[in-house]
Amino acid sequence: MADNVIKIDVTGQTCPGPLVEFRKALNKASPGDIVEITGNHSASKKEIPMAAEDMGLEIVDIQEKEGIWKIKIRR
Amino acid sequence: MVDKTTIIVHSGDMDKLYSALIIGDGALSMGMKSTLFFTFWGLERLKKGGLEKGSLSKMNMGGLGKSMINSRMKKANVASLEKLIQDYKELGGKIIACEMTMEIMGLKKEDLRQELIDEYGAIGTYIHEARESKINLFI
Repeated sequence: MADNVIKIDVTGQTCPGPLVEFRKALNKASPGDIVEITGNHSASKKEIPMAAEDMGLEIVDIQEKEGIWKIKIRR
Repeated sequence: MVDKTTIIVHSGDMDKLYSALIIGDGALSMGMKSTLFFTFWGLERLKKGGLEKGSLSKMNMGGLGKSMINSRMKKANVASLEKLIQDYKELGGKIIACEMTMEIMGLKKEDLRQELIDEYGAIGTYIHEARESKINLFI
């Protein structure tokens, strides 16, 4: 069965927007779902995986192309 | 038990309220619990219509400095205090209003934005929250 993916876009948002939106999406996700977050705030590329690690969640993928990053976290 | 961040919001200055709310939102986003204890000048910001009324802690220059910073923050796409406090509540953050401050300032519950306030309390309530918190700040 394919993973259920919740996609959010925080492009243009600055601190603490991306982290907050990531957390809101996590709250909506069910265990096992993937939250895919796209943005361009550079500190958040580091801090969203940091938050995931603190909460014991799996970091599935991190990619960046031309300043736009995409992070996938499994709830 | 989930870790907690507890902040005394003593200042009513706009920039310091930004600090408190950003830290609170950040803590909740990273899986912690959070409690903000609004006292003294900080509590003024929970009055109806009071959230954005604070001046800058430095270089306010009769409001000129504040509007300069505001326009820069807008350019940098920084969220408003209202958005930050709404996010704080949505993520389950707790807000306590200081009862002693209410007495001193002659504030009634009806004067405050009760929809944001979870509890009214004094020093005991704060210590109760703070003693089990990993991060404790006074702003």
